[in-house]
Amino acid sequence: MIVVVCVKQIPDPADPGALDPETRTLKRDVKLILDESDSYGVEMGLQLVDAAGEGEVRLVSMVPNSEVSGLRTALAMGAESAVLVSDEALAGSDALATAKVLAAAIRRCEPDLILTGTESSDGYTGTVPVQVAELMGLPSVTFAKEIAVADGVATVKRQTEDGYDEIECSLPAVVSVTAGVVEPRYPSFKGIMAAKNKPVDEVDLAGLGIDPSTVGWAGAGQEITDIAEAPVREAGEVIVDEGDAHERIMAFLDDLKVL
Amino acid sequence: MGLSKIWIYGEAREGVVATTTLELLARARSLADTVDVVVHGDASPLAADLGAHGASSVLSVGDLGEGLPGPRVASAIAGAVSTGTGPDVVLCGTTYDGRDVAGRLSAKLDAPVITNVVDLVVDGDRLLGVEPVFGGTTDVTTGFTGAGTAIFLVRPKSFAAEDAGGAPATVGAIEVGDLGNTAGAVVKNRFVEESSGPKLDEASIVVAGGRGIGDAEKYEMIETLATLLKGAPGASRAVVDSGWVPYSYQVGQTGKVVKPAVYLACGISGATQHLVGMKGSQNIIAINKDEEAPIFGVADLGIVGDVHKVLPKLIEALKAR
Repeated sequence: MIVVVCVKQIPDPADPGALDPETRTLKRDVKLILDESDSYGVEMGLQLVDAAGEGEVRLVSMVPNSEVSGLRTALAMGAESAVLVSDEALAGSDALATAKVLAAAIRRCEPDLILTGTESSDGYTGTVPVQVAELMGLPSVTFAKEIAVADGVATVKRQTEDGYDEIECSLPAVVSVTAGVVEPRYPSFKGIMAAKNKPVDEVDLAGLGIDPSTVGWAGAGQEITDIAEAPVREAGEVIVDEGDAHERIMAFLDDLKVL
Repeated sequence: MGLSKIWIYGEAREGVVATTTLELLARARSLADTVDVVVHGDASPLAADLGAHGASSVLSVGDLGEGLPGPRVASAIAGAVSTGTGPDVVLCGTTYDGRDVAGRLSAKLDAPVITNVVDLVVDGDRLLGVEPVFGGTTDVTTGFTGAGTAIFLVRPKSFAAEDAGGAPATVGAIEVGDLGNTAGAVVKNRFVEESSGPKLDEASIVVAGGRGIGDAEKYEMIETLATLLKGAPGASRAVVDSGWVPYSYQVGQTGKVVKPAVYLACGISGATQHLVGMKGSQNIIAINKDEEAPIFGVADLGIVGDVHKVLPKLIEALKAR
């Protein structure tokens, strides 16, 4: 079974982000890491391949600048190989352009199953998984908390507003994995060493047959018209607990007449 | 183009229209001449409520059977666009199914989606979406450059649902095209995770726990407090990712947006991811050990203290009432 996992390399969320005043998008000139949201899909893929007893996890990712450090993390976890679409023209791509590029790269891997996160931690549009599915003419199940594969069918528990649905889905399919539903393994020392020699197939847009004018800044169908500071919520009173803070809370609630 | 027609992807359960859909109607009816709602299944039980909230008509894509809404609804809307009977603007709520519809429609129409929208503003003859970034400290306004259908994903609670006293919506149907393999996902069973008390995004009091609670067992305190206050328990992403509580408890960017009368944040530092989901609360009380925690920047009453000392006393005081 070939499981493709789409992964994104993003600026470290621990670093405060900033908007580039010229391009009005997130500054990305910092070191990129594997988006934590995608580590759950990588883990899920590895578990499914283990359960199947055969096959492998292949990664698909895109960047404007050949960056691979985030991919190496996922390879160290156990993925076998990666397709990295790298092309300067990708800078500024919106979610739909991203989906077009990923779909083209995924086709090269001939997967049985495509896993993604539910949304990236930097752009969080949350539309890419379904856009990829539609572009590839495939079914999709979003917000999976459990996945099992048997006889060419995926059985997925999908989050709902008040519980979950059990869904059966023909393969190949795109399934987005909810953060927190599996425990992503830490790469072992052996895994980290092995990752250095795992194949990363770097392709550019021409190699995928994609016209650069349809992606990146050139292909963006939306424009930012304004950036403004949001109205600030005023901070109230801050007290240090001297053993009677619960009384202050009770008084506060009493004033609001909610008790 | 001129904003003559807006379509809203309408969600409903057991014949009751979802609040998110009514919120979208409240804003849309002031923006366009005609607002229609696209639903699946039997539209007639929804017509009165949707009409009262400003919908001209309610259009059904037919019965889903056991299928998911995304492929069917997107196909129907794209079909209408291709025959020239479609809308200028499509609004979907940022919900599980709303994202599926918007994503599929976007790929079908080759039109981008403006996501995470909390406000819609008119700019000449087009509509712009306002999206909060960096934990809500900055508002980014975005518009479409092309002439095609404008698709927006709007976060729940962005607008207040309000009955406008309109006549019942006309009931109609729209045709679904060939779905091919995209309809390959079928629902076999539905499970409801029973939770007593009000729903997280509807509760007037929310008690939320963060990493500072310590471990899964101590999260009980949050559940107890929520029950005593007749509110709903919530959690930060760190707590959900640690597996202490289900995803449905999550408040924040990737979880639910809540705007209760009182939000009690316990052991939550206030990462931007979390603040986005709760800073619209009318009153915020925060308890945290770290006096530098960002949560104190939005709290009306901030307690610098240990949740393990404050919460048991608060529970006792509430029980004594």
